[in-house]
Amino acid sequence: MSTLYAFDYERPTTQADAVRLIQAGGRPLAGGQTLIASMKLHLASPSQLVDLGAIPELVGIRKQGDELVIGAMTCHRDVAESTVVREAIPALAALADLIGDKQIRSMGTIGGSVANNDPAADYPAALLALGATIHTASRKIAADDFFQGLFSTALEEGEIITAIHFPIPQRAAYVKFPQPASLFALIGVFVAQFRKSVRVAVTGGGSGVFRHTAMEAALSRDFSPAAIANVATDVESLSSDLHGSNAYRAHLVSVIAQRAVAGAQG
Amino acid sequence: MKLEITVNGRAVSADVPPNTLLSAFIRDHLRLTGTHRGCDTSQCGACTVIANGRSMKSCSVVVGQMQGAAITTIEGLAGKDGELHPMQAAFKECHGLQCGFCTPGMIMSSVDLLTHHPHATKAEICELLEGNICRCTGYENIVKAVQTAQKKMSA
Amino acid sequence: MGANEFVNKPHIGESVRRVEDARFITGQGNYVDDIVEAGQKYAAFVRSTYPHARLTGVDTSAAEEMPGVIRIFTGKDIAGKCGGLPAGWMIVQVDGAPMKEPQRPFLAIDKVRYVGEPVAMVVADTKEQAQNAIESVMVDYDPLDPVIDVHKAANGPALHAEAPDNRCYKWGIGDKAGVDAAFTKAAHITKIDLINNRMIPNAMEPRAANATFSRATGESTLYTTSQNPHLVRLLMCANILQIPETKLRVVAPDVGGGFGSKINVYPEDVGVVWASRALNCPVKWTAERSESFLSDTHGRDHHTHAEMAMDKDGHFLALRVHSDVNLGAYLATFGPAVPTYMYATLLAGQYKTPQLYAEVDAWFTNTAPVDAYRGAGRPEASYVVERIVTRCGWELGLSQDEIRRRNFITEYPYQTPVAMQYDTGDWPKCLDEANKLAEVDSFDQRRKASEAKGLRRGIGYSSYVEACGMGPSRIVGQLGARAGLYESGEVRVNPTGSVTVFTGTHSHGQGHETAFAQLVAARLGVAIENVEVVHGDTNRIPFGMGTYGSRSLAVGGGAIMKALDKIEEKAKKIAAHLLEASDADIEFENGQLTVKGTDKKISFGEVALAAYVPHNYPLEKLEPGLDETAFFDPPNFTFPGGTYICEVEIDPATGVVTIDRFTCVDDFGVIVNPMLVDGQVHGGVMQGIGQALLEEGVYDQETGQLLTGSFMDYTMPRAINLPNFRIGTVCTPCTSNPIGSKGAGEAGAIGAPPAVINAVLDALKPLGVNDIDMPATPFHVWTAIHNAKA
Repeated sequence: MSTLYAFDYERPTTQADAVRLIQAGGRPLAGGQTLIASMKLHLASPSQLVDLGAIPELVGIRKQGDELVIGAMTCHRDVAESTVVREAIPALAALADLIGDKQIRSMGTIGGSVANNDPAADYPAALLALGATIHTASRKIAADDFFQGLFSTALEEGEIITAIHFPIPQRAAYVKFPQPASLFALIGVFVAQFRKSVRVAVTGGGSGVFRHTAMEAALSRDFSPAAIANVATDVESLSSDLHGSNAYRAHLVSVIAQRAVAGAQG
Repeated sequence: MKLEITVNGRAVSADVPPNTLLSAFIRDHLRLTGTHRGCDTSQCGACTVIANGRSMKSCSVVVGQMQGAAITTIEGLAGKDGELHPMQAAFKECHGLQCGFCTPGMIMSSVDLLTHHPHATKAEICELLEGNICRCTGYENIVKAVQTAQKKMSA
Repeated sequence: MGANEFVNKPHIGESVRRVEDARFITGQGNYVDDIVEAGQKYAAFVRSTYPHARLTGVDTSAAEEMPGVIRIFTGKDIAGKCGGLPAGWMIVQVDGAPMKEPQRPFLAIDKVRYVGEPVAMVVADTKEQAQNAIESVMVDYDPLDPVIDVHKAANGPALHAEAPDNRCYKWGIGDKAGVDAAFTKAAHITKIDLINNRMIPNAMEPRAANATFSRATGESTLYTTSQNPHLVRLLMCANILQIPETKLRVVAPDVGGGFGSKINVYPEDVGVVWASRALNCPVKWTAERSESFLSDTHGRDHHTHAEMAMDKDGHFLALRVHSDVNLGAYLATFGPAVPTYMYATLLAGQYKTPQLYAEVDAWFTNTAPVDAYRGAGRPEASYVVERIVTRCGWELGLSQDEIRRRNFITEYPYQTPVAMQYDTGDWPKCLDEANKLAEVDSFDQRRKASEAKGLRRGIGYSSYVEACGMGPSRIVGQLGARAGLYESGEVRVNPTGSVTVFTGTHSHGQGHETAFAQLVAARLGVAIENVEVVHGDTNRIPFGMGTYGSRSLAVGGGAIMKALDKIEEKAKKIAAHLLEASDADIEFENGQLTVKGTDKKISFGEVALAAYVPHNYPLEKLEPGLDETAFFDPPNFTFPGGTYICEVEIDPATGVVTIDRFTCVDDFGVIVNPMLVDGQVHGGVMQGIGQALLEEGVYDQETGQLLTGSFMDYTMPRAINLPNFRIGTVCTPCTSNPIGSKGAGEAGAIGAPPAVINAVLDALKPLGVNDIDMPATPFHVWTAIHNAKA
């Protein structure tokens, strides 16, 4: 449809006002690149939208100690073009540049993407592989605890994301194999090497982003594509659809992960 | 709700329901019908306009999100005297359009492309046009048009 | 004037930039959805959510109470009050019986037969109110098992009482006994099974219709996204509404692409006219893209088995083809003709195949109606021919080039065993030129370079022939067409020498306003900017058949050329009078009329003025005015043909196919505007690449739901799919129209798919992959490789 059900609209200018409105039952609107699409299809019908787009404290990118901090309402293009991000975690800037298309990247935000947790979205892979911390208005949540499968997160009713804090890896890379029609990830793999560990996160598998612990173990011993060439992925845990069977997806996880490792090696 | 917005350099003040999509506001309220609707899943890009210097899909934002924004639509691209923007001229020169339906969005997207990537290679141009679908041209002459405008705009 | 003389005229063969672009690049186009009438009301359609069900009740009471709702129409409101949507073609079966022709009301009456079929129409004050209200219309369905797979149609539940076994027709062409005899003498037989995948046309402009009505005059105007407004008016007046043509004006203004999907008279077109007449107000409907997916006509969907009999040297002896084709739930306007006369008559291809027999079983299924999609039948034919020809070569150890060369037709005219008579062509030359442009000589080096990177490289050929500009009407009438296939053109010279052309064809991207202006400028010597081309309005243009089948220049241009003949003849008479010479001594060149062998001359503009201000004018033998209309009924089809060579590189690890280069050498006959022709080739080839690598309309076999119902799942070609084009042309002028043109609109979509798939198979052969169906998506390619290993 090209028409939306009627709703009330609020555009608070402070985080505190936003939280108050949302706790009173308003639905937060970030960039809207998923929510408005669902509302157009009449799949979502919030009675009140609380637009987070006018709250300066939710926007921005900064280096803070040994972390990179990105405000929740920072759009993908700002992340992709940021020299701070490009210097700290170039793989994250590159990932942001692969989301949707450039028009969508003008509007879509990191907070919106993370809160939505689409099983084929790109950002969740970065957060999980980098061991990011999700800051909300009331608490901090580790990425490992945050993503809870298909469109499901640790966020509670009335809770909004304010910023994402990323530890800075020694090296990292994201490789995305797009579903050709939607440009979401059919499989995307984010690989990050830290001083004491390697983390691998996979998106697009079907039931939500997940860590590939077998690959992490192999790469901790030997950070090379060859090290994971024979590491299997559980086929049954992946989904099948028009664009790929679970066997194809499992195969792609292996191929794409190897390419990500090669990419991280530079 | 009360909307204050600048469209093609002109300040507009309007009272519209909050569930108005920007595309509907532009087409139905302002009657600027060059901005087209070609899909309902935010993919075809026919509705692309430039908001605050970046292209976006006007079918996928509600007007409130554009409070105070400066919008340029296809109607606002040419000079006041009617002189075509180099991108418009290049689309004509290179036969970068056939039925014309995707064209306004394609041109607005291409303007953003060159504004932010003035030295884009052919491959990069193709990638940066992924948010715009054309069924007629096979893209060959669209890409040529962007490359032609690139030369003119950098000259 | 004939082609040989015409081709040397000014502006012919010149890449004149398009007249129509000025409005499109500034956002000033006028598409149907841009039109808002005073007092405009809006329609939205309740669509069946079931593929096959009995309608046991439609309760509109809750919806009627919704804000802004004016009226809700259901099947009960129209039953017995209007005709159904007609099919434009009658097919006679092998046993002589007529095809089965079920009724198709514009709102379902007692049964629904595909997901998306209109069940009710809500009219409200705003679009939002109409769209909200359709969700409150309660429809009771008694679900029936759906028929989705054509192979299961015969034993499935009947869609229509008229066709208990779901077969619309069994049709055949060619000499069955002759083919059987030839097969007994074959040294080698090559067999192939193919699926020509279902396409969803997806013109970028969604369909729209806006109808106004004046109760005072009883006149309706319908603005609609149509390729053929006169045909819409004819069918709607004669078959559906049963009103005189004078009471309905149909306007197709700027239309954003058609590709065959806007040929039909659609339920929504009828709906808005019906509602506007009932409510005495303008009613508009614009499709959401999700509605387009469900309710536009789809294309292709053939399942074919073919066998080629050859002698020991690879000369073709006979071709035997059987196709099961999916017509969808109802007969669309050209639906029955596409998989018969527009398909099987092209199965000879470019080859001397002495015997040919093709048989088609056409089935009703619970899917959207299938009709013409860019190429319409010919892509299905070229896919069969060019896939099997390549396979014949491979089985005999002959290159793709050699197997074609051994069998090419080299003498014209050539009568095929399946009705067509090719007038002109030079197919060996097209192949030679394509080999050169594609740098086939150095292919092996490129293949080795790819292999060194762990990639596979392949090359694929397609030497297609197609048929455009259908005619003559006498023949198509014998074949079952319910309309003529001539075209009309009126050339109106205005008093000061500018010219208005009225054409029955319709431009929805092709560039008629420029190409037809070139014809006039070439002939009359007027400036191109002084020629205006009018199309798309039944109140302004003479009766004509619209645009499809790449017919506009060959047939529509032919009519304009004939009208120009009359203009020239009359202008010469006027000039002779003014110059005091005899008619026969006047020469007309570059806008000047000259007395042969003298310097006595007069400009065309002066002649025009004299015709409208006839103060010094031979009124006793000549009417004033300079305005001529002609109808052109072509004596034969035209036969564009050529060779396409596709070169692909495949990543076997992911299955990704990348087209390295795509070479086209086409023979379109005389080319009026090469820029427009190249544009048609680019677009057509990209649609062919889309079919071969990306696109497929998929219905769930159990539930009958369309799984590829949006751009999220149906992959449209994007700029990243752009191949490196290498384009050349060969010209053998067509003999069946005055321009010598063959038509270029569909060739790309006809020639490309087999070239791509042959290339993919050439690349994968060493891995043991011998067959793959379209679309060769990464998943399908990987699966084929994976299965070959297993």
